[in-house]
Amino acid sequence: MTDQGRPTRREHGLQTPADFPPTHASDVHDEREVLLDDDYSDGAQIEARSQWQLFRRKFLRHKLAMGSLVFLVIIGIGAFFAEQLAPYGYEEIDVLRANTAPTFEGLHFFGTDQLGRDYFSRVLYGTRTSLQVAVVVALLSTAIGTAVGAAAGFYRGWVDSVLMRLTDLVLILPGLAVLLVAAALFGQGSPLRIALILALLFWVSLARVVRGVFLSLREMEYVQAARASGASDLRIMFRHMLPNTIGPIIVNLTLVLASAILVEATLAFLGFGVNPPIPALGRLISDGRSSMQSMWWLIIMPGVTLVSIALAINFVGDGLRDGLDPTQQET
Amino acid sequence: MLTYALRRFLISIPIIILATFLIFGAISLSGDPLQDLRQQPNITAEQIDRVRELRGLDEPFPVQYWRWIQQIPTSGFGEYLLSPRPIWPDLQRVLLNTLQLVLPAEIIAFIIAVALGVVSAKRQYSVFDYTTTTLSFFGYSMPAFWFALLLQVAVVQIFFITGVRIFPIANLSSANPGTGLAFFLDRVHHLILPIASLAIFSVASYSRYMRASMLEVIHSDYVRTARAKGVSERRITIKHSMRNALIPTITVAALSFGNVVSGAIVIETVFGLDGMGRYFIAQLGRRDPYPIMAWLFVIAVVIVVFNLLADLIYGYLDPRIRYD
Amino acid sequence: MTEPLLSIRDLVTEFATPDGVVHAVDGVSYDVYPGETLGVVGESGSGKSVTVMSILGLIPQPPGRVANGEVLLEGRDLLTLSEREMRLVRGKEIAMIFQDPMTSLNPVLTVGDQLSEAIVTHDADIGEDAARERVVGLLELVGVPNADDRFDQYPHEYSGGMRQRAMIAMAIANQPKVLIADEPTTALDVTIQAQVLEVLQKAQDETNAGTILITHDLGVIAEMADRVVVMYGGRVVESGTAEEIFHSPKHPYTLGLLSSLTRPNVDLERLEPIPGQPPSLINLPSGCSFHPRCHLGQGRAVCRSEVPPLLELGVGRRSACHFHEEMSQEVARVEQETGAHFDGEL
Repeated sequence: MTDQGRPTRREHGLQTPADFPPTHASDVHDEREVLLDDDYSDGAQIEARSQWQLFRRKFLRHKLAMGSLVFLVIIGIGAFFAEQLAPYGYEEIDVLRANTAPTFEGLHFFGTDQLGRDYFSRVLYGTRTSLQVAVVVALLSTAIGTAVGAAAGFYRGWVDSVLMRLTDLVLILPGLAVLLVAAALFGQGSPLRIALILALLFWVSLARVVRGVFLSLREMEYVQAARASGASDLRIMFRHMLPNTIGPIIVNLTLVLASAILVEATLAFLGFGVNPPIPALGRLISDGRSSMQSMWWLIIMPGVTLVSIALAINFVGDGLRDGLDPTQQET
Repeated sequence: MLTYALRRFLISIPIIILATFLIFGAISLSGDPLQDLRQQPNITAEQIDRVRELRGLDEPFPVQYWRWIQQIPTSGFGEYLLSPRPIWPDLQRVLLNTLQLVLPAEIIAFIIAVALGVVSAKRQYSVFDYTTTTLSFFGYSMPAFWFALLLQVAVVQIFFITGVRIFPIANLSSANPGTGLAFFLDRVHHLILPIASLAIFSVASYSRYMRASMLEVIHSDYVRTARAKGVSERRITIKHSMRNALIPTITVAALSFGNVVSGAIVIETVFGLDGMGRYFIAQLGRRDPYPIMAWLFVIAVVIVVFNLLADLIYGYLDPRIRYD
Repeated sequence: MTEPLLSIRDLVTEFATPDGVVHAVDGVSYDVYPGETLGVVGESGSGKSVTVMSILGLIPQPPGRVANGEVLLEGRDLLTLSEREMRLVRGKEIAMIFQDPMTSLNPVLTVGDQLSEAIVTHDADIGEDAARERVVGLLELVGVPNADDRFDQYPHEYSGGMRQRAMIAMAIANQPKVLIADEPTTALDVTIQAQVLEVLQKAQDETNAGTILITHDLGVIAEMADRVVVMYGGRVVESGTAEEIFHSPKHPYTLGLLSSLTRPNVDLERLEPIPGQPPSLINLPSGCSFHPRCHLGQGRAVCRSEVPPLLELGVGRRSACHFHEEMSQEVARVEQETGAHFDGEL
């Protein structure tokens, strides 16, 4: 840590609302070290290509990340085709088969609940809800965060000051309390509505990351060169700077996805999530609480699903980060 | 150091004032608190109008804001919307209860996390390192409420099998908690599971930061200098590495206080603890803006106080900060 | 000559990298005599720093490893010492000054505290006051003004030059037998460099330590060094007294270094820089690792096929060039082409 390059206290951790920490030393400070694709020299281009290869090699070697990615793709496809794949409708009541433990008989892989609804189907639909919310949150917060972060990092001045104060505020706020107030005021309801409420907080961390990268990139020589040659602001931003922020943006995207899923589940658990009858994993766990001592699968099945998805996303994120971090040695 | 502390303290005053604007703005402007009452058949329009007049809900917002602000020091946030009970006694009670949960959880989590982070970094790529890394991934991929439920199931299942109730799974105290030491031990007994549930996320998160900053420090030039002086590894770790590595970790912990409050909301709900979180959920359900605003204000103050505390620790650890 | 104080023999230090094992130091031998200053010159990656790090056992393990060789300090092989024994050597018998004074001092401890630590570590009974007194004396010696007040200041309150003075004071705190300065002036402003070198000279006079001065700056060598070791690609390619090295280099790489120097009496366009890049340690050129950049070799087969042995040409005079006999003509040719005179004046 040199004195000059020392981040101020507030800039130290790059927190998402769920406070996801990096695993490697270099991540704490150096979000600058991203793939550099230079338009001006052939040498740099060769380097960029080999860096990309290095990334691919590292990521592919990261078995956990690869396995997780495959797992997520399967879950994603399963959730997308929930209507075709679920053996039962999520509201289909069969009182005769109520309280069944997981079994292959009647395809009740996850058992049934007190009303005899097939729990596998309910968890599958619940997963679909979670993923819908998370994907919308991720897309929205990425779009907003990138735009605001890029503007702040590029123009600095008051845009930057306002953004930084705002992110300071959001970082120390109890996110769940804010979301609960928002959900209570603006009404809970459809997955889209919940996603909009969540995106309210989640874009901030991404804006901060993009700002950091832009701040350092604008001092890079090739950006200066592009500016000297009369390129417009927008062209410099989109053509020269944005491609270099893709790495951090993607890594942050995984963090947002994982924490959005967990926060959505928490809201649902507290009764402020997606309105019934649409199943949500958090609500399934909440509903299963009363009988959890005798019917373990009511909280285990949705819970394990939830944790597996979040874990897989975090593993993928870790693999991406490792791959994108040029200082990280393979071992 | 004194001027540094004073400056930090003075900075927090406008933040509190800003917080009151935001809180009042968000809650008051979001709608008529009496809206829901109209739908209830057993409340007459006169009753609603009386509350409206009593509360000055027709007055301009600045007047309402000023009335609210005045109430904070004079009558402790005033009364509930529909009942003449004061808010502060309730809030004070739940605040103290929540602090009993949150403070030990954070302190324990921080100590464990620092230890794990230091050892992981010192033995990078060892079995220990991989194990804590993997566990910490579980730690922050697991919703706190679900982990708390699992603990409850485990305790009850153990009771079913052995007949021993190792921990209570609800409430802050037994029916007859006793007094003095007996009360204290009873309270600790009740709080162990909630504290564990709350701490797990913090341990996972802070230990990662500690490991990361410790790794950076271990490979720094000044640690190499210390080694070249012949200083022992143990002393290097304690005197040179840990102190530097703690600085970013403390920052993260201080900034995470909001997350801890979020965690407390969930954990108190699961364990039925009479704390800030459960109170908040209950008041949200009743759509009463006054306790909600009071709650948000108290939380804002608590967060500012903890940030101030972190600033002071930070200033103590890092001499460069005191002079900027 | 007297017995050497420190002898490095056939030192091999390797690093495991994703692309294979790198021999950062490959069979290096040189001696340091009491009271002398030995300059070690070479481009970055020539292994000059790794050699001294290996001496002190400061190579990060893994990925690094001292694979072979001996480091004899007054006859005792340091490489066989336990970590505990090695600690007693570090800072006491062999002390080191690092390149970047901005990062080499701990930012959260006072400078005085860090200097006292150097003393207390090797003399636990000295007591706080006595240690302070000695540190203040050391700071005065290296030219830190108001040393008593400066004792309680933090590194960020020191300028770069002052920090390097403090680093020098720290290094000589225990009157070491060997002082190692690794690029001590590289990170400093040009105006400060001369002052720091002066302090270094003074510190050496004070302790009479045998000094290893690592640098890529031949100007610093000319100023300070009695004898010079030139390293290239992890190996020693030439050694001799400073005078010999500057007057009659016996290796084309040394000549290249000399002729790429800017001098007041030589036009810039007549400078003859060494063509090409420093070699990749992962994939060292076959034979003489300098051959792809060598003007003298002219692509002769033996340069490509055989690693030149480090030949003893005289007392302490060594060269690893197959054609070192041709060096005097080569020197004459370069002198003629560039108009420079290799007379040791820079």
